[in-house]
Amino acid sequence: MRFRLERQEAVSGIGVLVAPLLALAATLLVGAIMFVVLGLAPLPAFYIYFIEPLTDPWTIQELVVKACPLLLIAIGLSFCYRANRWNIGAEGQYVAGAVLGSWVAIATQGTEAGPWVLPAMLVFAAIGGALWGLIPAFLRVRFGASEILTSLMLVYVAQLGLDYLVRGPWRDPGGFNFPRSVSFDPVATVPLLFEDGRLHAGIVIAGVAVLVAAFVLGRTLVGFSIELGGSAPRAAAFAGFDEKRVTYGVFMVSGALAGLAGIIEVAGPIGNLQPAISPGYGFTAIIAAMLGRLNPFVIVPASLVLALTYIGGEAAQITLRMPFDVTRVFQGTMLISILAADVLVRYRLRRVEGAAHA
Amino acid sequence: MRKFISMAVALTAGLVLAAGAPVAHAAEKLKIGFIYVGPVGDFGWSYQHDQGRKAVEKEFGDKVETTFVENVQEGPDAERVIEQLVRAGNTLIFTTSFGFMEPTLKVAKRHPKVMFEHATGYKREKNVATYNAKFHEGRYILGQIAAKVSKTGTVGYIASVPIPEVIAGIDSFMLGAQSVNPNLKIKIVWVNGWFDPAKEADAAKALIDQGADVIAQHTDSPAAMQAAEARGVKAFGQSSNMITFGPKAQLTSIVDNWAPYYIERVKLALDGKWTSTDTWGGLKDGEVQMAPYTNMPDDVKKMAEDTEEAIKSGKLHPFKGPIYKQDGTLVVKEGEVLADKDILSLNWYVKGIDDKVPGQ
Amino acid sequence: MPEFTILGAVLASIVAAATPLLLAALGELVAERGGTLNLGVEGMMIVGAAVGYATAYGSGSLLLGTAAAVAAGVLLSLVFAGLAIWLAANQVASGLATTILGLGIAGLIGSPFVGTRLDAAPTLHIPGLTSLPVIGEMVFGQDAFVYASLVLLAAVGYGLARTRAGLVLRAVGESHAAAHALGHPVRRIRTLAVMFGGACAGLAGAHLSLAYTPFWASDMTAGRGWIALALVVFSAWKPLWLLAGAYLFGAVSILQLHVQGFGLGIPAQFLSALPYLATVIALVIISLLKRGQGAPASLGMPFIPDR
Repeated sequence: MRFRLERQEAVSGIGVLVAPLLALAATLLVGAIMFVVLGLAPLPAFYIYFIEPLTDPWTIQELVVKACPLLLIAIGLSFCYRANRWNIGAEGQYVAGAVLGSWVAIATQGTEAGPWVLPAMLVFAAIGGALWGLIPAFLRVRFGASEILTSLMLVYVAQLGLDYLVRGPWRDPGGFNFPRSVSFDPVATVPLLFEDGRLHAGIVIAGVAVLVAAFVLGRTLVGFSIELGGSAPRAAAFAGFDEKRVTYGVFMVSGALAGLAGIIEVAGPIGNLQPAISPGYGFTAIIAAMLGRLNPFVIVPASLVLALTYIGGEAAQITLRMPFDVTRVFQGTMLISILAADVLVRYRLRRVEGAAHA
Repeated sequence: MRKFISMAVALTAGLVLAAGAPVAHAAEKLKIGFIYVGPVGDFGWSYQHDQGRKAVEKEFGDKVETTFVENVQEGPDAERVIEQLVRAGNTLIFTTSFGFMEPTLKVAKRHPKVMFEHATGYKREKNVATYNAKFHEGRYILGQIAAKVSKTGTVGYIASVPIPEVIAGIDSFMLGAQSVNPNLKIKIVWVNGWFDPAKEADAAKALIDQGADVIAQHTDSPAAMQAAEARGVKAFGQSSNMITFGPKAQLTSIVDNWAPYYIERVKLALDGKWTSTDTWGGLKDGEVQMAPYTNMPDDVKKMAEDTEEAIKSGKLHPFKGPIYKQDGTLVVKEGEVLADKDILSLNWYVKGIDDKVPGQ
Repeated sequence: MPEFTILGAVLASIVAAATPLLLAALGELVAERGGTLNLGVEGMMIVGAAVGYATAYGSGSLLLGTAAAVAAGVLLSLVFAGLAIWLAANQVASGLATTILGLGIAGLIGSPFVGTRLDAAPTLHIPGLTSLPVIGEMVFGQDAFVYASLVLLAAVGYGLARTRAGLVLRAVGESHAAAHALGHPVRRIRTLAVMFGGACAGLAGAHLSLAYTPFWASDMTAGRGWIALALVVFSAWKPLWLLAGAYLFGAVSILQLHVQGFGLGIPAQFLSALPYLATVIALVIISLLKRGQGAPASLGMPFIPDR
C-alpha cells in the first residue's frame, strides 16, 4: 500500500478551518506522550499553555505586544519571498533600524525638541533598515553574490555594531559605565494606547502595514511584477519588468519594515538602546511569514499563534515548574504539526495501488 | 464606562481579598520567583543563582514555594516575564541580571506590595532592593597567587564583556599581582560574551601559545580550565568550583554563593521585616567564596590564606592607595581606598597593564 | 625558535577550530546538492553533542558515544525529511522548527550531566613527526575527528564527482522533474542525502562535546550550525572550496584572539565581526571570478510527483 500527495486545485473553506484543528490534535497527541514520559500531567499543561493565556485580558494584550514586531517583519519578508529573494537577515535590518532611529532620540535627549522627534525616529529607522537590506540586494545584483549568505552574515555585523555603540560612544554617561544608552525622553517614546497596560501605537502601524501590503501585493501591478518575477523570471523579463528593480524594491520594503519594528520595540517596550534588543524576532518572523503563506492577512493569526507558544511556555515554566527545554520541545512539536497539517490541507493524501515511484 | 469597570474590578478584588485573608494568613506560603538570563545548565552565573534558590527551599521547607524562568533575554521579554511572575502570586521576586533593571522597576511601580530584588543594578525603589557581590576581593587573591606561581612572568586573562565588574576584576587582579611581583605581564582577550565554550577554549589556547602559564577567566564555562589542564598549565575557575575539570590545573576558584543572601532576605520577608536595601557582600559575608587552594606550594597557599583573612577582617582593601592609572596619574592616594561607587563604575586600567580598555 | 612554536600551535588550533564547522557543512552540502535546504543543522548538531556526551559518559566509550551522536543526528534529520520532503512543507520553516525541537531535546537529555566531564578524545602522537616544527602538530597531532573530517571530505568530493550515485544525486538536485522522468526515486534519494547531513551534524556535535570541550552545557554549539550553513553557500557547493572556507573562517576566529593577546587595542567587536565580513568579501570575490553561484537549480523546492 502506498500513499501519494496530490495538489488540491483550490483550498476549500473547510480545509482552512480543518488545518489548525488537525495541527492542534497532532500537537496534543505528541505533547501528551512527551508529558507522560517526563512525568507531567498533560491536561493541566495544555490548559496553561493554550487556554489560560486567552482567558485573561492582560495576557491577550501581551500576545498582541509580542506579535507586533513579528507581524511587521513577516509582512516585509513576504515581499522578498514572493519575489523568490531569500532575505534571512531581517534580524540585522531590525538592529540597523533601531540604531539609526535611536540616534535621533539620543541626539535630541534632554533638549527642547518637540513632538517631531518620534516621527523622525520612525523615518530614520525605516531608512536604516532599508539601507542594511540594500547591501545584500546590491551584492546580488552587482556581483551575483547569494543574498541568503550575505544577509545572514550582516546580522552578526549589525549586532556587533550595536554592541560597540552602546558599550562605547552611546553609553549613558550617568549609567555607571554599564552598556546602555540614556533612557529616551517622552517625545522619543512610542505612546501607549491606553494608560495602563503595554499596548502601544506600534500596533496601529503594524495594522496599517497589513492593509497596505495586502493592497499592494494583491491589487497592483507592482505586486504582480513581484510575484511574476519570483515564479517565472523569464516571463517577467518579457513583460518588461526589471529584475534588478524588483530585487532592490523588495529588500528595501522588507528592510524598512524590519527597521520600523526595531525602533518600535526600542522606543516602546524597552525604552533605551542596549546590547540585547531582540529575542530573535527576525528569525521567528521567517516562520510567521511561512505559516501565513506570505499572505498579509494570514500572517496576522500566524504571528499571534507564535506569540502564544512563547507566552504559554513562560506560564508553564512558572506555574508548573516545567523546564525551559520542555517548552522548547513543545514549541518545536507544535510548529512541526502546524506545518504538516497545513500541507495535508493543501494536498490530498491518496492511496495508490501498484508500484508507483515515490 | 472605564471608571465603572475599574470600580467593579476593585470591588470584586476587595471581596476576594476579604474572604481569603484570614485563611491565607494561617497557611499561605511565601511564593518566591526567580528570573535567570541563561539556562540553569550553564554551570556558571544562572546555575549558581539556581543553587541559591535550592538552598532557600531546603532552609525553609514548606514555608516557601519557589519557581523560576530561565533563558530570559534582557530585551523586551523580561518585563512580561516579571509581570507574569507577579500575576502567578509570587510576592518576592529576584531578577538576577543587570539587564533586568528597567523591566524590574517598571513592574515594581505597578505592584507596590510585591518585593523585588535586582542583582548587580544601581536603581532602587521602596520595593526594589539591589544586591551584588565583591568578586574583585577574590580576584586580588588570584593575582597574588598568579604572580607567585607563574614561571614565564606572563598570565592570560579571558574577559567576557567590558562592564565595570569585569574591568574592576582585572584591576584588582593586577594590583594583587603587583604586590608580589611588580613586573608581572598580563595578556587580556575579550571573547565578547559570557558563554561560548569552544571560543573560551580557543582563547585559553591562544594565551598559552603566547607564553602565559597561568590562565584567569571571567567567563562562565569550564572550557578554559579544561584547556589549561590539557596543556599542563595552571588556571583559576569562575562562578563554580571547577576542580573536576582541572584536577591538576586549578589553583582555586571564585565561587558565587548567593545562598546566605537569599536565605537572609527570605527570612526577613517571612518575618514581615523586609525593606529595600543595597547589599554588596564579599568574602566576609560568604557571598564570595574561595575554592580550596590546590596545586601550589605551601608558602603560596599560606600567603593566599593570609590575604583572604586580611580581606575578611577588613585589614586589607584590594583598592588601597597608592593606585596609578595607566598614564601615571595618581587616582587613590596613599592611605586611602577607592570608594565603592567608583569601583562599581570603574572604566580604567591600573598602571602595568599594557592594553586599552575596550570602548574607551 | 619561539616564533615557530607559536606558528605551529596557531596552525594546529585553526584546523581544530574549523573541524566542527567543516563536518557539519559537509553534510549540509550533500543535502543541498540533492536539492534540500535544511536549516536544522544547529539542532542536529546540538542533539549530537548531548546524546554523544550522555552515551560516552554512561558507557565510558568514546566510540559508542560518537556512534550514538551520529544516530541522533540522523533521527532528527528524519523528522525534517518527513516534513520537508515527504509532506512537501516549506523547507525554511521546517528547518527552523527542527532546530527549535533539537535545542529542546538536547537540553532535556543533557540536564543530568551538567557539571560533569570526560577525558578528551586522544590526539595522535607520532614520535618525530608530531614534534616537527610549524606543521608537525597541525598535521600529526590532531584528534580522530579531524582526520575523519578530511577522509569524509575526500570521499564526498570523489563520490559527487566520479561515482554514479553522485551523478544521480546532482541530477536530482538540478532538476527533480527530469530525474523523476528517468525513473530515479527523487524523494528517497533526497531523504538519504538529508540523513547523511544529519549524521555529519551529529558527528560535528560529538567533536565539540567529546573532544574540543569535553563536557555538556546547554546551547554549547553557540550558533556554529548557522555558520556551517553559511559556509556551504560560501563554497559554492564545492567540497574543496568548503575546506578552504572552513579553514579561513577558523583562521580568522583564532587569529583575532591572538591579535588581542598582543594588546593592540582594536575594539573586540570589530575583531569578532571580522570572520563575517571576510565571508561576505570572499563571496563577492568568488562571485566576480566565477559569475554565477553554481547553486543546485532545484534547491529549496519540494518535489511532488504529478501522476
